Amino acid sequence: MKEVIFEIKQNVALTDTVYKMVLEGDTSAISASGQFVNIKLDGLYLRRPISICDYDDGLLTIIYKVVGEGTELMSELNVGDKLNILVGLGNGYDLSLSGDAPVLVGGGVGVPPLYKLCKMLKEQGKTVKVVLGFNTADDIFYKDEFEKIADEVVVATVDGSCGVKGFVTDALKNMNYTYVYTCGPYPMLKALAAATECSGQYSLEERMGCGFGACMGCSCKTMLGNKRICKDGPVFVKEEIIW
Amino acid sequence: MVNTKVELCGIKIDNPLIPASGTFGYGKEFSELYDINCLGSFSFKGTTLEARFGNPTPRIAECPSGMINAVGLQNPGVKAVVEKELPELKKFFHKPVMANICGFSIEEYTEVSRILDKEEQVGWLEINVSCPNVHGGGMSFGVTPDGAASVVKAVKAVTTKPVIIKLSPNVTDIVSIAKACEAEGADAISMINTMLGMRIDLRTKKPVIANKMGGFSGPAIKPVALRMVYQVYDAVKIPIVGMGGLSSAEDVIEMMLAGATAVEIGSANLVDPYICRDIIDKLPEVMEKYKINNLKDIIGGAH
Repeated sequence: MKEVIFEIKQNVALTDTVYKMVLEGDTSAISASGQFVNIKLDGLYLRRPISICDYDDGLLTIIYKVVGEGTELMSELNVGDKLNILVGLGNGYDLSLSGDAPVLVGGGVGVPPLYKLCKMLKEQGKTVKVVLGFNTADDIFYKDEFEKIADEVVVATVDGSCGVKGFVTDALKNMNYTYVYTCGPYPMLKALAAATECSGQYSLEERMGCGFGACMGCSCKTMLGNKRICKDGPVFVKEEIIW
Repeated sequence: MVNTKVELCGIKIDNPLIPASGTFGYGKEFSELYDINCLGSFSFKGTTLEARFGNPTPRIAECPSGMINAVGLQNPGVKAVVEKELPELKKFFHKPVMANICGFSIEEYTEVSRILDKEEQVGWLEINVSCPNVHGGGMSFGVTPDGAASVVKAVKAVTTKPVIIKLSPNVTDIVSIAKACEAEGADAISMINTMLGMRIDLRTKKPVIANKMGGFSGPAIKPVALRMVYQVYDAVKIPIVGMGGLSSAEDVIEMMLAGATAVEIGSANLVDPYICRDIIDKLPEVMEKYKINNLKDIIGGAH
């Protein structure tokens, strides 16, 4: 973990409520896809944990949904503004367990962390399928970006306005894969765990205090004992999660 | 050169900065960020006899200039602390540590204290009396003079280490509780613990925290903490460890002027993990600005 001052290079709306922010700064503390950052915002006491969508040597991309005071404030920030960010938090996805043909399953704002993961798996020569779940066609983002790098991208919308009508589990029915990497709302993760036979890595979410393992604000019980979602997670192997 | 050294219950510490229990774990996470030997000491995570998971989540809510937590004393239990955490701590922290102890009965307080009394690196026992008393109908030990004093008396009987009683602000008269603890032999008082508070989510129309209520902390409570430390300083002779919303070198000095011999920094560690190190670095400069040569000379200076 490292405390870094980043400068905003881009902050644009992808949908009515979802924004993409590109930041320039030292990303050296980020060691895996699926990690997150914790952002200090003027006037708000707690930092805001946001998953990492993409990163390279000097750029960090995050995608966030405006759901409250903090994300609303973020959406109003301008290019050139500076942010104090703790980077490289959490464990991230472990690529070594993927098998030859992993599927990445994202729901809503659970989609972003799968983007860098997809890139990394492709660099390893894996056949990567992607299932993206949204409520309606209007909520869809990053479909085109995934189509450029993944072997197959299937979209599911709850109202059927784009792609498969239904949930991500409906889109997975006739698909072959060796392993599941996922991030999304808890009910989706739970349904996915029940609907898939293979193992996988599930990224969990919780309200956090510190984001680096000190406060015990985001603890959960697992098959392997009590874990901190921010420090021991957010990614957990399917078999250790108690639903 | 200014002098930041203070003495707390016979133990000399390099500066009055002590990260507060529950915001610093057992030191490990912070030792990865900076050399925590710069601290005066730190108070480790509140420890009970058995391991506890604590409350259901969400456990955290934000407030203007502060936060609410209802972690519920999650800890690995005193056995794991003695067998795993303290041997680990010894490798990267070479000063006396403050052992924060919680209990749901007098027996639990004494048992945990007895066990931690044997640990060489433990300098002080800080007794948190905000836990609900299972034999007293769930009412916290800390809300009555008799309840708090009974814990002090029991713990003093099983330890030779200094006993610091950590008081709750959620009482009508904190001064009478502090005096009762002093009368039973408490070596110091630390105050204030968090204030009971809550937030409600407008979207769900329900409390944000699963436990409904929790402990309110952060800069918003600093004036209350200062007032209470000031009042207790007038009423007792034993030292006070002051805390409540402190997050700068100026705050440290203000709290010491109110009557604190040492200070604890809590929530601020969670939003700025380097804050204690930064305050320690900044302290000499701020002391010079306010013409303070010797920090211990200003204790209770506002009286």
